[in-house]
Amino acid sequence: MKRIEQTNDFVVRFANVNGSGSASANNLFAKVVYRLGVPVSPKNIFPSNIQGLPTWYEVRISENGYLGRRGGVDFVVAVNGQTLKQDYEMLVPGGYFFYDSTRDLPEDFNRDDITIIGIPLTELCNEEFSNPRLRQLLKNIIYIGALAYLFDIGIEPVTDSITKQFAKKPKLAEPNVKALEIGFEYAKEHHTDACGLSIRPSDAVGDRIMIDGNSGAALGALYSGATVAGWYPITPSTSVVEAFEKYAAKYRIDPKTNKKNYAIIQAEDELAAIGIAIGGGWNGARSFTATSGPGVSLMNEFLGLAYFAEIPVVLIDVQRSGPSTGMPTRTQQSDLLSCAYLSHGDTRNVLLLPSDPYECFEMTADAFDLADRLQTPIIVVSDLDIGMNDHLCQPFSWDDNRSYDRGKVMTAEDLENLSTNWGRYLDVDKDGVCYRTLPGTHPTKGAYVTRGTSHNEFAAYTEESAAYERGMRRLLTKWETARSLVPEPVFNIRDEAKKIGALYFGSSTYAAEEAFDQLAENDMQVNSMRIRAFPFQQEVFDFIDEHQIVFAIEQNRDSQMKILLSGECQVAPGKLIPVTNFNGLPITARIIINQIHTALLTGHNSQFALNSMEKVNT
Amino acid sequence: MSYKKPGFRHPEAQKNRLGYTRKAYEGGISTLCAGCGHDSIGSAIIQSFFEMSIEPHRVVKLSGIGCSSKTPAYFLGKSHGFNSVHGRMPSVATGANMANSELIYLGVSGDGDTASIGMGQFAHVVRRNLNMIYIVMNNGCYGLTKGQDSATADKGSKSKKGAPVSLESIDLCELAVQLGAGFVARGFSGDKKQLIPIIKAAIAHKGLAFVDVVSPCVTFNNAPTSTKSYSYVRDHMEATGTFDFIPLMQEITTDYDHGTTVPVTLHDGSIVKLKKREDKEVISSRKLAISAMEQAKEEDSILTGILYLDPESEDTHEILGTTQTPLNTLGERELCPGNKVLQEFNRSLR
Repeated sequence: MKRIEQTNDFVVRFANVNGSGSASANNLFAKVVYRLGVPVSPKNIFPSNIQGLPTWYEVRISENGYLGRRGGVDFVVAVNGQTLKQDYEMLVPGGYFFYDSTRDLPEDFNRDDITIIGIPLTELCNEEFSNPRLRQLLKNIIYIGALAYLFDIGIEPVTDSITKQFAKKPKLAEPNVKALEIGFEYAKEHHTDACGLSIRPSDAVGDRIMIDGNSGAALGALYSGATVAGWYPITPSTSVVEAFEKYAAKYRIDPKTNKKNYAIIQAEDELAAIGIAIGGGWNGARSFTATSGPGVSLMNEFLGLAYFAEIPVVLIDVQRSGPSTGMPTRTQQSDLLSCAYLSHGDTRNVLLLPSDPYECFEMTADAFDLADRLQTPIIVVSDLDIGMNDHLCQPFSWDDNRSYDRGKVMTAEDLENLSTNWGRYLDVDKDGVCYRTLPGTHPTKGAYVTRGTSHNEFAAYTEESAAYERGMRRLLTKWETARSLVPEPVFNIRDEAKKIGALYFGSSTYAAEEAFDQLAENDMQVNSMRIRAFPFQQEVFDFIDEHQIVFAIEQNRDSQMKILLSGECQVAPGKLIPVTNFNGLPITARIIINQIHTALLTGHNSQFALNSMEKVNT
Repeated sequence: MSYKKPGFRHPEAQKNRLGYTRKAYEGGISTLCAGCGHDSIGSAIIQSFFEMSIEPHRVVKLSGIGCSSKTPAYFLGKSHGFNSVHGRMPSVATGANMANSELIYLGVSGDGDTASIGMGQFAHVVRRNLNMIYIVMNNGCYGLTKGQDSATADKGSKSKKGAPVSLESIDLCELAVQLGAGFVARGFSGDKKQLIPIIKAAIAHKGLAFVDVVSPCVTFNNAPTSTKSYSYVRDHMEATGTFDFIPLMQEITTDYDHGTTVPVTLHDGSIVKLKKREDKEVISSRKLAISAMEQAKEEDSILTGILYLDPESEDTHEILGTTQTPLNTLGERELCPGNKVLQEFNRSLR
């Protein structure tokens, strides 16, 4: 048997039972790798359940900085009896199977192409600790200790992390460090040189931080001055508002009165959550809500009102696998179409598409400026992978000279000085965005009734066709203004001849970039475009136009980005080739490469495809 | 369609403390059916704000969808209004109130808008005790879609179409009491003498003031067989202990028989003087308030007046502990922690 020998480039999977305290132990492992300067990307693959069902934590370690899921597992920590066989089977040849040897492995565990590492975790734990609750938690720490030996990390980096974690409760650190030592010593004694995988300190992480996207979005809302949040708990968006509340409680308390400079309302449902955000935005406070697919469906009608009545509001959609309840704890990029054209009637919504926690921060902060500037809903379309998993990303920063763009809001003075009649929906600047007033501004001027029914330029109710049509057309002018304000795509042009292009967005970024690198190594140069917003800019159309063939990489069944582009950009049929993954797990470079190869080999009978195929095969 | 009202008013029209005439509180011409109860309520709202000398632009009018929800266009023309989504006025009111605690929020809804599609939002806005006046113009039917029964239509009663209502009726006042509203009242659109002081007291109350106003639909639900018709309500109205409302700034001129009146001081210093009825004390006990309503129903009568009052209740801002400064006036200085804090945050992740 040829065992896998790798340094700083392998995948470890922890197979646990949820509710057993494994999450914090597994996080600790990822954090240690990060602190050693080695790029690491942990993914929680968890059930929609609180206790007792299988959960996995997959950690990819990659000196080269590839942070997408790789696919395949080199080392499995199999401590869940329910999935033992499954975890055993999925290990790649040459891999390592780590298990709790307090109980023997069943007889049918007879692979001869893997290394078995047994450590009697339960036995060791019970010998040392008597508190039953603590036992459960510390058993996890014992395996972390064993890994510290097996991967050549040494015990200090792990003890340092534990000490840091329990800085405020040093008493709790003690048993944890003890458990760590037990695991480390046992592995050292019984499994000397058993493992060919190792982690060596590196400087590949640089100054990057490790955080989840929902925290990034929450910080963005905090920094951008959001004061009103209405929300309803739903996985995977719950932690957006919870994090916002945590940060706000720390940074948003008025020092003089000790009162809150924010209001968070946990609403009765998503219908109310968005209503609260819209009410707040209408009344001049930066307001938002966060939800996921089912919530987006419920918010549909209200967002149409915000679009038509032109009310600034920010929605953070952390996508999960749909439709209906779908797989609530698995990722997908399947709300794209519903968000783009959310609500009945002719509607178009501005979408921002972050690809990592840094962009969650940046785009959420920008979303509030855009909402005020454009007086329309801005939807930050994140997903479970970005939102709930920790990612390496550039450190957050804020320009202290940045001021909030509150858009076109009339003050009492403005109203007083106006020489003509003020009209709420009068396109004074010809950019489709009109001047609004806030309640209470002026005793006699600027009051109007906001409504979802048709209104004329002066906000009066009307059923006059021409007035309705003018209003709807003006919203298209505003759409063009939006096009000039949203984040531009990011290009990577490897081949000036512009034969093969690929486009992607959001959390597909990691895997896509890795795939292009690998294809380039095999002499296939793919030009890439990362789309960061809807409406699409001219550059997006041009990129598609200029290439002979363009792969649309995305994580949904129906190629929703392809559909959106086809409609918006008048793309010739057959030009966009779908590359999709919608199984609920983050897309991998392998999936992308395989589908690109397959498409070139089989799907497209053009001379171009044949040429490319030859090239790929050589 | 908007219709302009003639601007002419009596040159010596009465002025309020702010120097405004009643005209400053009016809105556009109503497009509701002639004789609609809702217009009488609108007129009572105008009168109440006028008499209380509240600057119209300090009021925010919010509504859902339906005949009732059209009315904000017909009163307080100098106030901002928000005609929102069916049944979801309460959430918009919540957000608006969170953004600026200093304005007066007047929500107008109907029985369809509140007791059916908006039941969830109604229940929860009451529960969070949002500082607002919540008026339901209750006609027991869906007027704007031509007369279908609503959830407040009384079981057994017959609308214009003639078929008796087969389902139980929802009593919004009882629900409001159960859900924790600090102020619950019921009025009748045909009795302004009672309705105006109810609305004024609701305005003065801090927290959610719920006012259910029986308001006959002259087109679809005014048959003598309907319990929401003018004739039925007039014949079956039973007032709780009557009361007088004395706003903060107003001199007390009326004489009271002190043995039978109970003064209740509201948040802003106004006083509600309740004239107790010998047999009932309903005002401050939820249990007795509900029992009085049930009792009246058994006697085939509609109990009106202030049905429950707890002037001490905490509103949403107090419950949340938000600052008294309107949130919509805070800027970068108060809201943005700055880059230094962010760099510290980055460090904490390393």
